[in-house]
Amino acid sequence: MQTNFTAEQLADPHVATSEKILRKCVHCGFCTATCPTYVTLGNELDSPRGRIYLIKDMLENGRPADEQVVTHIDRCLSCLSCATTCPSGVDYMHLVDHARMHIENTYRRPFWNRVTRNVLAAVLPYPARFRMALHAAAFGRPFAGFLKKVRGLEAFGAMLDLAPRKVPRPSPSARPGTHPAAGARRGRVAILSGCAQPVLKPEINEATIRLLTRLGVEVVAPAGEVCCGSLVHHMGREEQALEAARRNVDVWLREVENGGLDAVIITASGCGTTIKDYGFMLRHDAAYAEKAARVSALAKDVTEYLATLDLPQQEMKRVNVTYHSACSMQHGQKITMLPKMLLKAAGFTVRDPAEGHLCCGSAGTYNILQPEISQKLKARKVRNLEATKPDVIATGNIGCITQIATGTEVPIVHTIELLDWAYGGEKPALLG
Amino acid sequence: MEQIGFLPPKAAVLARRDEIVGDLLDLLPEGCLVHETRELVPFETDAFVSYRRVPLAVALPETTAQVAAVMKYCHRYGIPVVPRGAGTSLAGGAIPQEDAVVIGLSKMSRILDIDFANRTATVQAGVTNLAISDAVSPDGYFYAPDPSSQLACTIGGNIGMNSGGAHCLKYGVTTNNLLGVKMVLVDGTVIELGGKALDAPGLDLLGIVCGSEGQLGIVTEATVRLIAKPEGARPVLFGFDSSEEAGACVADIIGAGIIPVAIEFMDRPAIAICEAFAGAGYPDDVEALLIVEVEGSETEMDDMLRAIIEIARRHGVKVVKESQSATQAALIWKGRKSAFGATGRIADYICMDGTVPLSQLPHVLRGTAEIIERHGLRVANVFHAGDGNMHPLILFNANDPEDAARAEQAGNEILKLCVDAGGCLTGEHGVGIEKRDLMRHQYAEVDLNQQMAVRAAFDPQWILNPSKVFPLEGRPAA
Repeated sequence: MQTNFTAEQLADPHVATSEKILRKCVHCGFCTATCPTYVTLGNELDSPRGRIYLIKDMLENGRPADEQVVTHIDRCLSCLSCATTCPSGVDYMHLVDHARMHIENTYRRPFWNRVTRNVLAAVLPYPARFRMALHAAAFGRPFAGFLKKVRGLEAFGAMLDLAPRKVPRPSPSARPGTHPAAGARRGRVAILSGCAQPVLKPEINEATIRLLTRLGVEVVAPAGEVCCGSLVHHMGREEQALEAARRNVDVWLREVENGGLDAVIITASGCGTTIKDYGFMLRHDAAYAEKAARVSALAKDVTEYLATLDLPQQEMKRVNVTYHSACSMQHGQKITMLPKMLLKAAGFTVRDPAEGHLCCGSAGTYNILQPEISQKLKARKVRNLEATKPDVIATGNIGCITQIATGTEVPIVHTIELLDWAYGGEKPALLG
Repeated sequence: MEQIGFLPPKAAVLARRDEIVGDLLDLLPEGCLVHETRELVPFETDAFVSYRRVPLAVALPETTAQVAAVMKYCHRYGIPVVPRGAGTSLAGGAIPQEDAVVIGLSKMSRILDIDFANRTATVQAGVTNLAISDAVSPDGYFYAPDPSSQLACTIGGNIGMNSGGAHCLKYGVTTNNLLGVKMVLVDGTVIELGGKALDAPGLDLLGIVCGSEGQLGIVTEATVRLIAKPEGARPVLFGFDSSEEAGACVADIIGAGIIPVAIEFMDRPAIAICEAFAGAGYPDDVEALLIVEVEGSETEMDDMLRAIIEIARRHGVKVVKESQSATQAALIWKGRKSAFGATGRIADYICMDGTVPLSQLPHVLRGTAEIIERHGLRVANVFHAGDGNMHPLILFNANDPEDAARAEQAGNEILKLCVDAGGCLTGEHGVGIEKRDLMRHQYAEVDLNQQMAVRAAFDPQWILNPSKVFPLEGRPAA
């Protein structure tokens, strides 16, 4: 597509990158068809092609973001379904990242929207604060229905709805330390402890550590690690995101030097997409560009790492698993077959839901910030999942687990919990 | 480049902009009218992105009644109306103009009725082409016309352009698969044409509406034929040392009375582009590739393939490669159907749509190459060879106005070459804005006048998609 930037504008490296991305788009419109918000709302402004055009217009004219642009960019889930569909190879992810940054730097949001986003950014990335907030939510729950009806406060209502009724106890798996391999050591990995996941579902990393150590892999949870930065990154708060990225790069490279690492294992695909992007995010930071690229290369979804371990075929279990591929897994990281192959090898019958490419509406903090669209997508996803008559739903991302669990009675677990069970671990508690 | 003119916007309409927006807001539910300047810009073009005009407003109605209300209003005040499906037109059929209200059908995307006994589906116009096949596929049916943009393009747009696709060689284009429509006339009257039967008594108005590019009314519902899926289907790749030889082979296959489901052609640049995107396993050491799909029982497919291979041998075929699995077959088609978009990886492009008699394929391929060379441009050829529907993708740099003008000039010459070879300007994309000024090269004056008379009978004020299809000069006075 034709672009119209001055040399001066292109001197900004972010603009230069976005210009290259825009040049690849041929405006064919394929992306509209697989975009969850376009499918739901039927307005091109809420489709990738419409957003690309809005962003192009804003950047070319060097305009601050305005209410209209913000409305439509905010409605983007960053599910990246469009990037999978796009034949022209338009790097939508980095374009919308840039737009979000531009919005954050040039647009003053309405009061309650600002408060909500500040609260999310100040709480979610910090496990201790998040745990406290979840306990506090118990007292707020009676007001959820009321809050959802007050303009500006819908997000708080959505938060209360999503907060689990029972908060698990803090898990030892989230504490820094080394979990030695059982028997002969065949590998050494770091595991991302994460921020929200260990508070909501500590059993995910517990199962990962159990399975990996049983398979002869030493698992280290390094001290000093912080939230991957994905949450603030998607809010356009780039400095905060880059600071998190730098800290984690330091922490993991220290482990590389002290004992070596075969991989940084990630059990939440949302985080995986961001960590694999550290190299790009820090490309203009002379001190960190190369280090970040090394870390991104080390980052592996747990299923990617397990696939290298040649797990033996197990006996069939007579358990029907419907696999929900998180957007960050299938579109963000392009991991599509591996988790299903592992589940099949582990003895499960694996089914795909219809419209598997469509987001469940979780999308980080989207279900809090855009509750209306999120609810519609959740209902559609649950309908498609339940149509496959599963005994259990498996997925690789904590956000989807939380979202889908609030819409169905079918148990939903992390893929790794089923694999741990199949290879000698405990049956996931949810399966009774 | 901007070599093709639009009608000048009506000053009287522009002057009433705010009033019109206010009135349309009253006619439509909340969230169904786009009118802020910023938000209108993304509607300024379709997939023929060289031309752009920001419309006055974009209506996104949810029902036929709302479409009718907007049409009635625009008709009363002489406001131009440009219909829009998914905005995937390669001919600029959905490009608006400054004084126009766009009526977008994207919110009307429900499948209304699937009737296996009569083998029909009735859908709202905003349903995508592929969504129809997806809905009936579990029961063993499909909707046959398959434009490469079938994932995104709407059935309403398909009817507007009488769209085709790779599999139309056997099953025909949209008009051969359309049974009925509900349509809003320019004054807001809602009419129904056709039904569930193959033919309806009286004038074949459905035949006139299909391919009328939104100039006779706006289709809001369509009843289409469903076809039972074949027992099996197999795409086979045939590689040749030259484009002319591949073209001659196609002519001989069809000339021998063999009609496969599809014969698609790609030249070397197109093969490279598609392979990079789809990884379909296209051979990389040939100048031209034919994708021939046969279908039916194993024996039927074997018999037909044997006959085709024999003809291909006579044309010195270098590689014959059958798809080894359903996955590979899907990739072969994914690569082919993504060809245009995938071209965006290496350059901007405009896509021609000329159709020629098969015997002329080698001649026109050679002529195309000469035109492209004379203009110092590059071309990738990827098209429906079986029905002679050529799609040279002329590659250029959209940020270089001279290059863009050269591309447009070369495109015009190629289309004239097709017409002079006994063919026509458009096989399936429609005339739109792109080929409008070449219509006089295609038609004698009396022929064109007769078409315009029919158009004027439906829309005497010429307010429906008015800048398209017919050259601006020589139109009957409105």
